[in-house]
Amino acid sequence: MSSLNYQSSKSLRVDRLPHIWCQGCGLGIVLHAYADALQETGLDLDKVATISGIGCAGRASGYVNTDAFHTTHGRALPFATGVGISRPEIKPIVISGDGDLFSIGGNHLIHAARRNVDVLVICSNNFNYGMTGAQFGPTTPSETKTPTSPYGNIENPFNLVALVASAGATMVSRWTVMHPTQLKRSIKRGLIKKGFSFIEVITPCTTGYGRLNKMSPIDMMRNLKKIGKIRKVLPTEAICDPTTEIVLGDFVDFEKPTYNEVFESLTQRAGVAP
Amino acid sequence: MGEVLTGSHFVHGDWACAEGAIAAGCRFYAAYPITPATEIAERLAQRLPRVGGKFVQFEDELGAIASVIGASYAGQKAMTATSGPGISLMLENIGLAVMTEAPCVIVNVMRGGPSTGQPTAGAQGDVMQCRWGTHGDTEIIALAPQSVQEMFDLTIHAFNLSERYRTPVFLMADANIGHLYESLKIPETDGIDIVDRRKPTIAKGEYKPFSTGEDLVPPMACFGDGYHFYATGLTHDERGYPDMSVEAQDRLVRRLCDKIRRDAARIEMVEEHFTDDCDVLVVAYGITARSALSAVKLAREQGVKAGLLRLITLWPFPDARIEELTRRCVGVVVAEMNYGQLVREVERAAMRRVEFVPKLGENPHLPEEILAAIERAGK
Repeated sequence: MSSLNYQSSKSLRVDRLPHIWCQGCGLGIVLHAYADALQETGLDLDKVATISGIGCAGRASGYVNTDAFHTTHGRALPFATGVGISRPEIKPIVISGDGDLFSIGGNHLIHAARRNVDVLVICSNNFNYGMTGAQFGPTTPSETKTPTSPYGNIENPFNLVALVASAGATMVSRWTVMHPTQLKRSIKRGLIKKGFSFIEVITPCTTGYGRLNKMSPIDMMRNLKKIGKIRKVLPTEAICDPTTEIVLGDFVDFEKPTYNEVFESLTQRAGVAP
Repeated sequence: MGEVLTGSHFVHGDWACAEGAIAAGCRFYAAYPITPATEIAERLAQRLPRVGGKFVQFEDELGAIASVIGASYAGQKAMTATSGPGISLMLENIGLAVMTEAPCVIVNVMRGGPSTGQPTAGAQGDVMQCRWGTHGDTEIIALAPQSVQEMFDLTIHAFNLSERYRTPVFLMADANIGHLYESLKIPETDGIDIVDRRKPTIAKGEYKPFSTGEDLVPPMACFGDGYHFYATGLTHDERGYPDMSVEAQDRLVRRLCDKIRRDAARIEMVEEHFTDDCDVLVVAYGITARSALSAVKLAREQGVKAGLLRLITLWPFPDARIEELTRRCVGVVVAEMNYGQLVREVERAAMRRVEFVPKLGENPHLPEEILAAIERAGK
């Protein structure tokens, strides 16, 4: 595949392509947007670490030509925190999925946002656990039938952007894979921003969610284009219902001192040993 | 200046462990408060910012160990300390550290279990957990300090072993040692041996992060060095790329285990007292070894030729030495602060019945309790 002329080939590990994702899956679009954003911002790729958790989205770190690490389920953010705090010149980027980041890793996510760790999180949301076969997760709409909710999901989904904003994130955006230009623009912003930045990307899981709910890959893509509405609203008002409306946009963007900046002032107060 | 506090101190074991970490070059510490290990965090919260290091109090132990692995990959010497409940939460990522060969030190200041157990009471009930707790086939290095001085010395040694073998190393202390006050001598910086991980010398484009030579330990590039490597907890090839083949699993697991197994004789550390002519061999470690030494001396006064084998490394387990020593003994005694753990290993290595002296609930063995077992074993 190395003969393909990717614009982003310098930031992709082309010897690892083709990727493992299913036909019709949007995760390739997310990877592409990230790879292009890395190129276009002109960041020193030696000082970027791409870190992921477990699941389909978690495989992204393996295709990126930066230092990269595929952690255990849910632990990408604390791993990234260790990288970014111990070596502030390295920018950690976490690419993972909704189940990894908000279910098994949910506690780390809210605390990383609270600390304002200097990290960009790109969270692909496909409304289910794709890799294990489309079971319901923390984002699955109520009443949806999945292999572990055969009579309909009795739980309520998180609104990811509202949750992350309330935990203290300094940048919060949501796009779908049918909005690659806006997605790339937000990723570029997140790459250079200092502080906890979060981008949710709605992406279809055609093999799991789509097949079980009798939606073809092309229908799922068209649906995202149809129900995705760009609005300037508060994160709490940014509805995310894949059957009716998904509100998109840049919802939060402000500055506050990062963990590393505050630690630096602590170091001044502490003085020199002993 | 002041990074190594050379001189004499009267301090507790947790304090000595924290200073050992700093002397070893640890500049990243992450943990969640837990009795009886909290004092290590408190000391390092005070000290690390003053020596150019970072202290992070995490939301839980899962996060703490994950960040330690991240910091290790970012090129820092990194440590966490906790007690049994915290180790239980860390186990999955301890496997990640083994699999991705992340040098790091994990301190377990053991307390009574299972579950919440007795938080302030010393115990030695996690010695098998540290060996077998994470899933899959692994080899682990674990050290057992018996004094405040060894909390300092063995913390440094734990870092050195972790850097040498690219593996997590356990320091298996307990509440009695952690909270014990006694004198500590910190040597001059020149008198402290420090081992740093081997760096790759190969051209960046040709670097394979898990390619090794004879010693089976791959040189380690770190994030930010410009090598652009990938590491994963999945079974991987020399490039670090996932490989689900039978051959890849066989090759990787064997290498991860063999890099330690093959060097076990070099890693193992024991201390022997009166073993030249002993009829009864006592095997003990940690705080228990202090009572055991008193018991051995009491037995000698009574005419019973007893000897002590103190295990400093619990893992790798010194099978060969135990077999050698016990071959000519009449009896063997094992004393440990649990209801029967390392005694099984001694029985296996000694290939004979062992007089076991369990101890549950805070107080270390009295020398007389071990003496009685020596008398039984000598008959």
